[in-house]
Amino acid sequence: MRADTAGQPRRTAALTEQFKAGLAAPICLTWELTYACNLACVHCLSASGRRDPRELSTAECMRVVDELERMQVFYANIGGGEPTLRPDFWDLLDYSVAHHVGIKFSTNGVRLDKRAAQRLARTGYVDVQISIDGATAEVNDAVRGIGSFAMARRAMDALAEAGFGEFKISIVVTRHNVSQLDAFKQIADEYGARLRVTRLRPSGRAADCWDDLHPTAAQQRLLYDWLCARPDVLTGDSFFHLSAFGSPLPGLNLCGAGRVVCLIDPVGDVYACPFVLHEQFRAGNVRQPGGFARVWRESELLRRLREPASAGACASCGQFDACQGGCMAAKFFTGLPLDGPDPECVLGHGQPELASTCLPDRPRPSAGHSRTGRAAPVLIPADRIATRAAT
Amino acid sequence: MHHVAFDLFRAYRLSPAVSLRAEPFGALAYHFGTRRLSLVKSPELVTVLRLLDSHDSAAGALDAAGVPIRQRARYAVALAALADSEVIGAR
Ligand code: SF4
Ligand code: SF4
Repeated sequence: MRADTAGQPRRTAALTEQFKAGLAAPICLTWELTYACNLACVHCLSASGRRDPRELSTAECMRVVDELERMQVFYANIGGGEPTLRPDFWDLLDYSVAHHVGIKFSTNGVRLDKRAAQRLARTGYVDVQISIDGATAEVNDAVRGIGSFAMARRAMDALAEAGFGEFKISIVVTRHNVSQLDAFKQIADEYGARLRVTRLRPSGRAADCWDDLHPTAAQQRLLYDWLCARPDVLTGDSFFHLSAFGSPLPGLNLCGAGRVVCLIDPVGDVYACPFVLHEQFRAGNVRQPGGFARVWRESELLRRLREPASAGACASCGQFDACQGGCMAAKFFTGLPLDGPDPECVLGHGQPELASTCLPDRPRPSAGHSRTGRAAPVLIPADRIATRAAT
Repeated sequence: MHHVAFDLFRAYRLSPAVSLRAEPFGALAYHFGTRRLSLVKSPELVTVLRLLDSHDSAAGALDAAGVPIRQRARYAVALAALADSEVIGAR
């Protein structure tokens, strides 16, 4: 989230301090509509696959929208699973927009044919984000499944043809696609689309493949330099731990969980952040009396997250102001203390702890809906990764 | 930061595309057209924004909000920035 801080008459405490104490409503609300998905990406943050029979009904979803409108949640980031698999997806989208809750939705493109693209082009206040994780079918399909690259490209073609305007292409940066950053940018430029790159966290199914897929220390440096040179590339403010390399990346450099960030999952459970699907971070359910607003305002967990936290082992680090100790979800699912360094601390301070935890000891993500057992990434030898876009 | 000239003696209004949400520090202003989020970092400035529409000039709104004359210049800077991001506009 990038916000303008209009020059103000009275200097209040720094912005991050204001945000740390929490807001009247979230700014970055993710709402996952279904656990159903046609794909089975190895790093799926919500471990999606099968629909959950307890998912919110159309009427219940509309009640949530009404509530978001009352709370003045300006927009919701809709995801899943694959949200367009819900038969009422388009109705919910129209309902939401009509109720002044803008929709930014992520899709793998499965339902985004010509007709859908034309419909979207006619709807105001909708942002579409197409996910790919490789600039070539080879790299992408290794993580997202055979045929998923072609499917995503078809959806992009449809949007471009329908004159949708600037859509987003969203990438999770991994060890295997970091060398394709320029190629991703090229694809986005060709479509007149906006590139969005975000951080891989060990959440959902990614808990099982994070060790193999997260960028190496050298790649993190490369990524930081690449991002610094391209301020037009969106990051969802997800790489703020890289700010410890030097000047801070644009955006909000702090963990927003429970403060400005929140998740409503398909069954109505509210979590502090989309990347902490675990009992320990579940704040309540929208079906409870008082609904989402009450959970946001009164949950013990969220209140605790808004209190000043100790910096732990990061307290003595000169970069703490820039990096704030990194991502809570990344620490939690790698078994690191929440008040210490991020597992990908650019100064390497996460390494010793990380080396001492092993996969079976780490907390397991809950709420998994994978269709099969554990997925494993198809590993591609580095020398076989094309660094130019296949067009 | 922003040094856009701001005419305190013109009439302004909060953009109809903007939604203001009260927050402990002031308010968040979201522009549904540009999709930009702006921060209004004091409750007093929020009051001024809400009064713009019913006054013939920004200065009139400042007076009505009880802003002392000596603070006008600082408010003008803030209003200029908000005009710059289309949160408010001349009418
Ligand atoms: S030690 Fe902590 S604050 Fe310092 S760079 Fe590492 S994660 Fe950031
Ligand atoms: S836990 Fe990580 S992903 Fe979630 S808000 Fe905090 S920094 Fe962002």
